[in-house]
Amino acid sequence: MQDGMADPGLYAFSPYRGRPKIVWPGGKTVAVWVAPNLEYYEIDPPANPQRKSWTRPHPDVVGYSHRDHSNRVSHWRMADAMSRHGFPGSVSLSVALCQHHPEVVEDAAKRGWEFFSHGIYNTRYSYGMDEAQERAVIEDSMATVLAATGQRIRGWLAPALTHTPRTLDLIAEYGLDYTCDLYHDDQVQAVNVKTGRLASIPYSLEVNDHFGFFVYHMSPRAYADTLIRQFERLAREGEASGTVMCIPLHAYLIGQPHRIGPFERALEHIAADGRAWISRAGDIVDAWRAQQ
Amino acid sequence: MSLEPGYLTYPKRRLGYDHDLYRWSALRDRQPVSWPAGKKVAVWICVSLEWFPILPGDTPFRAPGHMVTPYPDYRHYTSREYGTRIGLYRLLDAFAQAGATVSVATNSTIAERYPAVLADIVAAGHEIIAHSTDMNGTVASGLPIDEERALIATALGTLERVSGKRPAGWLSIARSQSWNTVDLLREAGVSFCCDWVNDELPWRFNNGLINLPLNHELSDREIIATQQHSAESYAEQIGDAFDWLAGEAATRGGRMLPIHVTPYIMGLPYRIDAFETLLTTLAGRAETWFAPGGEIVDAWSAQQ
Repeated sequence: MQDGMADPGLYAFSPYRGRPKIVWPGGKTVAVWVAPNLEYYEIDPPANPQRKSWTRPHPDVVGYSHRDHSNRVSHWRMADAMSRHGFPGSVSLSVALCQHHPEVVEDAAKRGWEFFSHGIYNTRYSYGMDEAQERAVIEDSMATVLAATGQRIRGWLAPALTHTPRTLDLIAEYGLDYTCDLYHDDQVQAVNVKTGRLASIPYSLEVNDHFGFFVYHMSPRAYADTLIRQFERLAREGEASGTVMCIPLHAYLIGQPHRIGPFERALEHIAADGRAWISRAGDIVDAWRAQQ
Repeated sequence: MSLEPGYLTYPKRRLGYDHDLYRWSALRDRQPVSWPAGKKVAVWICVSLEWFPILPGDTPFRAPGHMVTPYPDYRHYTSREYGTRIGLYRLLDAFAQAGATVSVATNSTIAERYPAVLADIVAAGHEIIAHSTDMNGTVASGLPIDEERALIATALGTLERVSGKRPAGWLSIARSQSWNTVDLLREAGVSFCCDWVNDELPWRFNNGLINLPLNHELSDREIIATQQHSAESYAEQIGDAFDWLAGEAATRGGRMLPIHVTPYIMGLPYRIDAFETLLTTLAGRAETWFAPGGEIVDAWSAQQ
């Protein structure tokens, strides 16, 4: 980005109307990808000068143990619901989970899920890092995921959505080719970077389960209805040019017993509809890239 | 600008947790648990019964539900008292009607001030869980260990004196603990706490204390007070949770549904009908085992 400029220069402006037609494999109109956040939050992390990890003195029992629910109970509940309806995950991974709970990472890998980096921990933020420190995090991410899963990561979702002005240029320099951190579009778009090439794939804050439940305070059934409405609209608009729908999840939220049933019915609806190309982030970026 | 080098070192990046309080275990890998009489879902109702002094304390933090306006905050002081005088009795009637025995997590000051309330709870066969002294009795790191130890001793001692039985369980205010709490509870002879929400069945800390997870997401405080859903929506959500857990229990062993309710939230005239209907529905399900927390812990312990 253009550091210090009012317009960070992240991408070219391109209005929705009149774009070249994107066609997804099999003539599907909307590429649907599910992004489970497989995370590790530290119980006693060091303080970042610009953001606190926990709102309470450590240990923040509810904050920490709520997230721990993912790695003991709800990951499998969420993953099974996805597998039953043919949805692979594209995982936003706190890469230290490979050390703490390799069982969770192995389960995701066995299901054929793709991994991208969500930082080392979701309690270590990028704010204030110098370039060498940020490079260390990227290199650690690449090496850790490769060692644990054999996969070369292609994508990035900044830890706790914390960035520096260098992040996008750096990940592109290391050969990563998509970012999930930009929310300006419902289609894949090119990002301006100094070297390499980077695509922005639509992730979503609006239909992220965290926003659904803790910002918009939706009931589980209202959230499931929201996903279906989001899908219906993007599937219809995708007839003109293929759209992308992401369902970003956290097992400790969506995998709670009162939420998983309605959520599974939403997956069932999308899978049965016929207009969805149910895919992974890297495959969506590849299909888009092939049409540029 | 750069961050301190320590911000990029990870001394506890290792197999298992970044602490030594308890060990990792995935629910799906554990031996299935069975509940008495072949029931599939233990329904654990836990009522928080609380006394809020009109002079709120902020050390270490002000409890949720505490006073809000400048002194004297009549509206919150009396609304909380409404829960104890009126709401609790609506709940007790609902439990009797459904045939449910429950846990009541009780501030020890309630026992001192209103022994008749304690007597009514105990006479109905419900379990008393210790829930600090009053709603100024919050705990977090920074509270001197001697003060925390004394607070735990007072709560347990008072409840034992008034109810005739020393509570086996402990629920912290806002489920908030200090680094010392797990050891102090063990030292005080507590058998289980209910503060850690990371699981759906009981588990043991490394020091021997048991945690019985009281899901905060399924509480009336979260769904009704925070998320502002109706009691009817709350009942639908709990019903959905029950259905899901009953489905899992059919193939994976006993499950538990914690229902955490608050007299001044759920015990209101316009909400209680929905709650009664929920309990009646659950009572009619063949899978349901209504049980207080201590009985669930005992049934689980016997199978470990």
